[in-house]
Amino acid sequence: MGQTETTNKNDILMDIVNVTLRFGGVKALSDVSFNIQRGEIRAIIGPNGAGKSSMLNVINGFYTPQEGEIWFEGKLRPRLKPHQIAYQRIARTFQNIALFEGMTVLDNMMTGRMIYMKSGLLSQLAWWGKAEREETENRLIVEKIIDFLEIPAIRKTPVGMLPYGLQKRVELGRALAAEPMLLLLDEPMAGMNNEEKEDMCRFILDVNEELGTTIALIEHDMGVVMDLADRVVVIDHGEKIADGQPDEVRNDQNVIDAYLGVSH
Amino acid sequence: MQTLLFALEVSLNGFMTGILYALVALGFVLIFKASGVFNYAQGVMVLFAALTLVGLQQGIVPFQHLINNLLGTSIHGFGWNMPTFLALLLTLLTMLLLAWLVEKLILKHLVNQNPVILFMATIGLAYFLEGFGDLMWGADLKKLDIGIPMGISDTVEQTTYDWFGYGFFIDRLDITASIVAALLVIGLTIFSQFSKTGRALRAVADDHQAALSVGISLRRIWVIVWSIAGLVALIAGIFWGSKSGVQFSLSLVALKALPVLMLGGLTSIPGAIVGGLLIGVGEKLFDFMVGPMIGGATENWFAYVVALVFLLFRPQGLFGEKIIERV
Repeated sequence: MGQTETTNKNDILMDIVNVTLRFGGVKALSDVSFNIQRGEIRAIIGPNGAGKSSMLNVINGFYTPQEGEIWFEGKLRPRLKPHQIAYQRIARTFQNIALFEGMTVLDNMMTGRMIYMKSGLLSQLAWWGKAEREETENRLIVEKIIDFLEIPAIRKTPVGMLPYGLQKRVELGRALAAEPMLLLLDEPMAGMNNEEKEDMCRFILDVNEELGTTIALIEHDMGVVMDLADRVVVIDHGEKIADGQPDEVRNDQNVIDAYLGVSH
Repeated sequence: MQTLLFALEVSLNGFMTGILYALVALGFVLIFKASGVFNYAQGVMVLFAALTLVGLQQGIVPFQHLINNLLGTSIHGFGWNMPTFLALLLTLLTMLLLAWLVEKLILKHLVNQNPVILFMATIGLAYFLEGFGDLMWGADLKKLDIGIPMGISDTVEQTTYDWFGYGFFIDRLDITASIVAALLVIGLTIFSQFSKTGRALRAVADDHQAALSVGISLRRIWVIVWSIAGLVALIAGIFWGSKSGVQFSLSLVALKALPVLMLGGLTSIPGAIVGGLLIGVGEKLFDFMVGPMIGGATENWFAYVVALVFLLFRPQGLFGEKIIERV
């Protein structure tokens, strides 16, 4: 996706500027700035409770920061409701899987296409014209993603019955169904065994390389982060303490103190 | 043999009553699933819908007592009857407007509050709506007749007499109600399974955050859900109202829906239907078989006792989601 032909400034998909987020008296994020470039995999890491998930929630609009700006595609983003941000093609997964458990894999992924479906209520009631056409068109795209994620066999299975690793994959699929400009992954490998982790890593890389999707992810597994990410931002106690290539970050004394040195 | 056939007839009548219980319970379940709100006002919505329908149809001037008191006039009606179809349509629009207002004036401001607070708000809504309905259309008992066939069905009586030598007394109104209720449930099921909005409804019922993240507006879904609950209330109101007249006691139907919900589970649409039918048939059969031994009038409490027993042994109801406690 045109990573090379544009100037440096246009390479920035999202620019987060001096974001401060408070819950009452508690500062979850203070004065955090970093950017996400088009086409990269950007990791956000930090110890437990550092504010990583808060950051993701700010990006996708669940939280509104008290201070700071978010620039998306070169424009200052106004204050939007979470469901409106989905229409800007920012999709996400959750730390604790948030699938629609009663629905099948296919239906779950179809909800990811919600932002592209514009038929009115009456058209849907009559199941006629626009509504029907829309279902078919969007279904085709979803089927492609199902093939891409290698899960055609379970497309009609209710997601509640799937093992954990597959549920995570379906959740990734639902986010991909939105054909996102920016894909947010909140601990995509949490709770997985090694085999599942390898699969997930492969899919994340494939999404990034084959589909050209920009990804911002939170991850605990440092090995994984170093392998996957193009650039890493480190947050501790709500403040940014390092930002750069994985190798630079790994050797940063602040990071070692805050995270690697002290942690498990 | 005679007793068995009689019991069967009683069950059938109970079945028909049960369908109406199920309809009211369905309204509860729809709203509870989508928004986690236990809508205490569902029963009053049934009353309000029926009142509005009668009022419009009979050409009653809204707020006539208020107008007469304030202006010293003595108007009572427009002096014409509105065509039934038009009255139905306007009542439906009123229920849609009500849904919209509920979202705008109540739900919107109470998002993320404790469920008890939302529950209290619906109690407030129930009393407001009850008073408002009375003020608007008057508190007297009204007869509702929108042309649904009523009275004992001769065909059923004759056929069953030919078959069993015993004629069943089945009200034609009950038969119509069953058919309409069945169509409504089938329609709702198809809508929720196969349309975009239906999918969004199910998504919201499962997970609010995930629904937001794929671009579903919770508030829009709430308006839709309350509208559907309004439609269900209207249909229940039409049949209960036709059966027993439109008056305050209509809203008490909702109290019968509570044991139905305990039985079927608060979150299950099939549960509401099966629960309604079980309570309907159960209370009639119990009254028929056990009632005479203990002095009758068991219909008043039977449903609640069943609900109590269920709470002891299966608190999530027949079809409800299993309650898993994290320790």
